[in-house]
Amino acid sequence: MSEKERMDGMALEVRNFNLYYGELHALKDVNIAFHRHMITALIGPSGCGKSSLLKCLNRMNDLVPGARVEGKIIFEGKNLYKDMDAISVRRRIGMVFQQPNPFPKSIYDNVAFGPRLLGEKNGQALDEIVERSLRQADIWDELKDRLRKSAMELSGGQQQRLCIARTLAVEPEVILMDEPTSALDPIATQKIENLVVALKKRFTIIIVTHNMQQAARISEKVGFFMLGDLVEFDETRSFFMHPKDKRSEDYITGRFG
Amino acid sequence: MEKTKKALAEDGVMTVLFYAVAGFSLLLLAAFLIYVIAKGFSGMTPAMMTFTRNGILNQLFNTAYLVFLSLLISTPFGILAGIYLAEYAKKGKITEIINICIETLSSLPSIVVGLFGYIVFILLTHSRFNLMAGALAVSVLSMPIIITTTTGALSALPSYYALGSLALGATQWQTIHKILIPASTPRIITGVILAAGRGFGEAAALLFTAGMSTNLNWGNWNLASSTCPLNPFRSGETLSLLIWSSFSEATAADAKQIANLASAVLVILVLLFNLVARFISGRLDKKFYGGKHG
Repeated sequence: MSEKERMDGMALEVRNFNLYYGELHALKDVNIAFHRHMITALIGPSGCGKSSLLKCLNRMNDLVPGARVEGKIIFEGKNLYKDMDAISVRRRIGMVFQQPNPFPKSIYDNVAFGPRLLGEKNGQALDEIVERSLRQADIWDELKDRLRKSAMELSGGQQQRLCIARTLAVEPEVILMDEPTSALDPIATQKIENLVVALKKRFTIIIVTHNMQQAARISEKVGFFMLGDLVEFDETRSFFMHPKDKRSEDYITGRFG
Repeated sequence: MEKTKKALAEDGVMTVLFYAVAGFSLLLLAAFLIYVIAKGFSGMTPAMMTFTRNGILNQLFNTAYLVFLSLLISTPFGILAGIYLAEYAKKGKITEIINICIETLSSLPSIVVGLFGYIVFILLTHSRFNLMAGALAVSVLSMPIIITTTTGALSALPSYYALGSLALGATQWQTIHKILIPASTPRIITGVILAAGRGFGEAAALLFTAGMSTNLNWGNWNLASSTCPLNPFRSGETLSLLIWSSFSEATAADAKQIANLASAVLVILVLLFNLVARFISGRLDKKFYGGKHG
């Protein structure tokens, strides 16, 4: 265990976790722990369960009809599924989606949405939160003169950074990202990647990606999934240089997926 | 090569056809409007434009007031029912039955609704013909329109709006009223316009509910009095009923001219209402979607 890990400990721990969609066994006895202030990438072929696990981490999977879970996810000493309600889980563990999904509202109202849910009504406090969040998402300079304009007028990359700012505004502990750059062009993708790396100082980040180069570029740990199994979980560098499992090696070298 | 040529020729023919059909409908509408308005105002006398027994302005007021009352009932109920169907109802037998009922309701002949209104809102309540009964009868016809447009507008929203809101820790109700309803307001307004259209044009449903007599005293603001214009429980003839009665029953010498003028005024009222509602809807659309939306 490195010095950093000992200092920071775990943000989330998944223990003996199983997920079923009706008859389908989507996640099989998964054990994985996510370190605080680190970027962990979840990779694997389509349908391997990486996105399903991500959605379980803030209980968005509750919304899928027929979904059923067994096992534990521990967050701050509590079982996410037993000791907390879904609403409070989602306030502490934010999510950024594949498709940039700003609300059809002004840029300001998008960022202020979360704080307002939490009861913040003071205009000055909201102004400060909006500015701070947009600065953290590295988009303040681009947007500061048009905060009252509709968020739908922004480009895809700007929309995605706005969505990240919207998530930051409620000051979550963990940010889950579900292929956040797969709908974006290379330049916008690079901006998001830089942003994600900058954000890990303050947040724990778990990112699902189908792009192995992206995982190699930004993550410190990689979890590789196949058919609902967590095949391998390791430091990013050693995972890509010396995969321990034959399936990991095949995937990395492009033999399938 | 031959195939491409044929496809291109076909494409050209269809384009011309669509333009022709669109142009024809536009021409028809323009001709109709010009005819109704010109004919209406050509026979107008100053006495017709007064709030008296010989004028039509009382009926104009009744029409606007009746539509207002009916929207007051049908808009909230219609939107709530629409939200239920789009966001809460589980797919299954019961929801299907509800949908069939709504479809049937919206295609009921209005005279049947009028008789139903007469029995329920007049006979059973032991009241005389009154505007509120008329508004209720019209609501029966217009509520399905608002329900259907609300459900349609909500279902047409991309699912990731709701997901984005829920992922920030919003409850289902917070998501509905803070995100989904505002996002579909421009379209819901379209439903309200259509519903209002039913009220403006309705005659048969009002015959035995709102009644055909109008006796207003514009100095009387005692809401309980039957001559107070704002009393919703007084009887009140609307423009469309006036058109019908002037054409079929009236004995006055200028009855036909009154009917023509009433038609023209009604058409203008509907046009104005539509333009204003569309303007509001357009402004909201611009505000929410920045003009990047259908």
